Amino acid sequence: MFSNPDLLHFIFGRLSLDSFPMFHEPILAVTFAGVVLGGIVVLGALTYFKLWGYLWREWITSIDHKKIGIMYIILALVMLLRGFADAIMMRAQQAIAFGDVAGYLPPDHYDQIFTAHGVIMIFFVAMPLVTGLMNFVVPLQIGARDVAFPFLNNFSFWMTTAGAITVMISLFVGEFAKTGWLAYPPLSDIVYSPGVGVDYYIWALQIAGVGTLLSGVNLIVTIVKMRAPGMSMMKMPVFTWTSLCTNILIVAAFPVLTAVLVLLSLDRYLDMNFFTNDLGGNAMMYVNLIWIWGHPEVYILILPAFGVFSEVVSTFCRKRLFGYSSMVYATIVITILSYLVWLHHFFTMGSGASVNAFFGITTMIISIPTGAKIFNWLFTMYKGRISFDVPMLWTMGFMLTFVIGGMTGVMLAVPPADFVLHNSLFLIAHFHNVIIGGVVFGMFAGIVYWFPKAFGYKLDPFWGKMSFWFWLVGFYFAFMPLYVLGLMGVTRRMNHFDDGSLQIWFIIAAFGAVLIAIGIASFLMSLVVSFIKREELRDETGDPWDGRTLEWSTSSPPPAYNFAFTPVVHDLDAWADMKKRGYVRPTSGFLDIHMPKNTGAGAILAGMSLVLGFALIWHIWWLAAVSFIALIGTAIAHTFNYNRDYHIPASEVVATEDERTALLAKQQA
Amino acid sequence: MTMANTTASQTEAPVFYLKEEHHPQNGTMLGFWLYLMSDCLIFAILFATHGVLGRNYAAGPSPADLFDLELVAINTSMLLFSSITYGFAMLAMEKGSIKGTQMWLAITGLFGIAFVGLELYEFHHLWHIGATPMRSGFLSSFYTLVATHGLHVTFGIIWLVTLMVQVGKRGLVPENKRRLMCLSLFWHFLDVIWIGVFSVVYLLGVLG
Amino acid sequence: MSTHSHAHDDHHGHDHGDGASHGTFNSYLIGFILSVILTAIPFWLVMDGVLDSKVATAAWIMGLGVVQIVVHMVYFLHMNTKSEGGWNMLALIFTLVIVAIAIAGSLWVMYHLNTNMMPQMDHEMIRSFG
Repeated sequence: MFSNPDLLHFIFGRLSLDSFPMFHEPILAVTFAGVVLGGIVVLGALTYFKLWGYLWREWITSIDHKKIGIMYIILALVMLLRGFADAIMMRAQQAIAFGDVAGYLPPDHYDQIFTAHGVIMIFFVAMPLVTGLMNFVVPLQIGARDVAFPFLNNFSFWMTTAGAITVMISLFVGEFAKTGWLAYPPLSDIVYSPGVGVDYYIWALQIAGVGTLLSGVNLIVTIVKMRAPGMSMMKMPVFTWTSLCTNILIVAAFPVLTAVLVLLSLDRYLDMNFFTNDLGGNAMMYVNLIWIWGHPEVYILILPAFGVFSEVVSTFCRKRLFGYSSMVYATIVITILSYLVWLHHFFTMGSGASVNAFFGITTMIISIPTGAKIFNWLFTMYKGRISFDVPMLWTMGFMLTFVIGGMTGVMLAVPPADFVLHNSLFLIAHFHNVIIGGVVFGMFAGIVYWFPKAFGYKLDPFWGKMSFWFWLVGFYFAFMPLYVLGLMGVTRRMNHFDDGSLQIWFIIAAFGAVLIAIGIASFLMSLVVSFIKREELRDETGDPWDGRTLEWSTSSPPPAYNFAFTPVVHDLDAWADMKKRGYVRPTSGFLDIHMPKNTGAGAILAGMSLVLGFALIWHIWWLAAVSFIALIGTAIAHTFNYNRDYHIPASEVVATEDERTALLAKQQA
Repeated sequence: MTMANTTASQTEAPVFYLKEEHHPQNGTMLGFWLYLMSDCLIFAILFATHGVLGRNYAAGPSPADLFDLELVAINTSMLLFSSITYGFAMLAMEKGSIKGTQMWLAITGLFGIAFVGLELYEFHHLWHIGATPMRSGFLSSFYTLVATHGLHVTFGIIWLVTLMVQVGKRGLVPENKRRLMCLSLFWHFLDVIWIGVFSVVYLLGVLG
Repeated sequence: MSTHSHAHDDHHGHDHGDGASHGTFNSYLIGFILSVILTAIPFWLVMDGVLDSKVATAAWIMGLGVVQIVVHMVYFLHMNTKSEGGWNMLALIFTLVIVAIAIAGSLWVMYHLNTNMMPQMDHEMIRSFG
């Protein structure tokens, strides 16, 4: 009966044995073997050490914002390795494929790699890093017990993960898009991309997008509604301010991406004519719409990094941040202006002088508030007592590198210059310059800065410094040659060149990528070494850096309830103010604490979404219908559960707090 | 700012923590409103697409050839009636009447079903005369915009039935009241979107 | 000192538990009557071809649509500057700005693109049906 092709098609859709590329591509076969072996080792270890129950109870079902934040960052680091593997493969290919040498990656595979690199780095590395850091830090900074909607937070995380898994599945089942990271039609239309690649792209982003949007709503409401008494808007820490603006951007930008991808899917699945070449479609409309999302997305990534730098600079210079209110207003101005510049991504499309002039000018204006921020950080450092800890190194590396990236950005903002530089490697160098120099450096600064808060011990500074210097030097080696090549007119997304005189630049760039690889390895080393030396690096005060904001007032790691008593805020830099004015930690009078309950519903719903996405990608319609109905049914069933919270009894709070009292006393003795 | 009672004066020892439990205001209504704002942007993109592609007939039919404004007027009245009946459901909820709430919800749901039914009838008719969404850029954007609104109404009806059951099971407890208020926002929000749809898509479309 | 007195500066004391305001029978009725009138006029204008000028008719449709949206916002969605400490209104205004930018911007960009890049394509708009 299984020889019946109609039946097979009904059951498996487009999926067949030919869909598994590891049977005919050696690179993928080796990767697949590695993943399978690694997977067996991890699963085996989890079973051997009987960790499944622990994982399910303490992590997978957890609605604790701190654990969810940590899981986001783990997801991002795992995906960073995948995205970076793509990067180094591209660099290796471009360093050798000249003249008669074809290199080791055929164009078909190379195209998938640069698409996957872009998609993964933006959506599954940068976004989870940013969201994870905000999740962990914001409730602590505003003196809250959790976020406003703890269940939604868990659900958001698992939706993001389901999106990431969808991309990872494409590595071994079928193929990924070969269209570049924004999947412009008509190339991404069904006529030119009939395979599953673009469908993987669409559904991975749609599933993850639900998570991103909901976590955006969640964090806005958290910041608006759950600040500690006395913390007015203008007493919020700068990181909380930038988080607020980032999440506003998320809520006001991601729906645009969702809508555009829906229209692209309708073209692909139902043969409609939004972006097709005939019957009244207009492919340029896609480019226009996706950049209405795409430009705010850039600021979604960079604003939290600006927040991290602000916290780090003031902490490690032992000073209040210079120009707090100008920092806040600059952030708000950037938030609004980020919606008025999208056309600078397609000056060359041909909207003419008036349109290009308008968007060129708005783009240049946006560098003003950004420049103001740079000066604020510099003035904070001026006459500060700077300690060059690892977070501060990342911050200073950022200030130099980001200014260079900003300058090349203003060059690209000039429409006539853009006509020369559009789609060249100059553009690639520019956006890596701001994303690595800004977002990546910022996230590393943040991770090193808040790591002791999350785990109770500092990261080893030697490996932290190794990581920083290799990243910094590696970045310049990897991307400065691309500026040069871009000015010579070399375009992006090429897997082979005829002109051998260009090769030396690509070899330098590949060398830079190797240095960055060492930087990443050093960071992973710092995690391992610090774990081994954790007793030596332990911090029992909860305030290892002499911090200034509320997260440093509680223990490290903080208890499930964050604060035994809700803090009352009188001043900006609330914790510095409390320390200065002789705050005494309360040791009695503890009460029952009201907390939300863990639930597995988020992970289950996300799992169903993953199945739904897979079924839609492969046209397995029965499975799509079943999983969709199951998804709606489970969501409705979940709303019938009214019993969602519990109380931590006062006795338990007393035990936790007494333990800390003893630790602190031992330290002072 | 009303900080007088939290900020200790300079002479007193400052208060750095609350001795009693702090109960931040519930954020559900604000959160749901923010979700609606994001939904509003999805519709904005569909309207923008219709604005750009809405005259790309590709030598196919145009709005004046297709739309029956009487049907659209009847359909619009269904939504308007459902709006005021949902309002009455909220008034019944305020009075604490479970039966009244359920009755008005049921009437609202019936108007909603009538709306979706008429829309499906219109789509069926258009499809039958060859005006399918695959025919032209205009028809793709028309079907997508109107059907996205229709899907929202359908989802609202499913939600409404769920809430009728939950109000029946649990009564008008605070959680259920909050959910009813969220659905109220959702339902009236869809009305607002429909004003844009009948004005821009149907009326301006027929006007040419 | 009750917990409530520690409320944030953006909280207003007189909310009904959730900070949402509600309508009355009369306000719903007024809203309904207004929206029926505001719906009927544009339909009448188009169906009976009341005005000679298409531009004027279009302007009336859009104008009445905007008024009706405001009516719905006030009478059905109970929008005011006080609900949720003003955050609802702030979110609405911000969204309307973004909506305006996205729609007006797209139309502007695409109009110029079409006139610059394919001026000969006007024939696509000619109707050949019915």
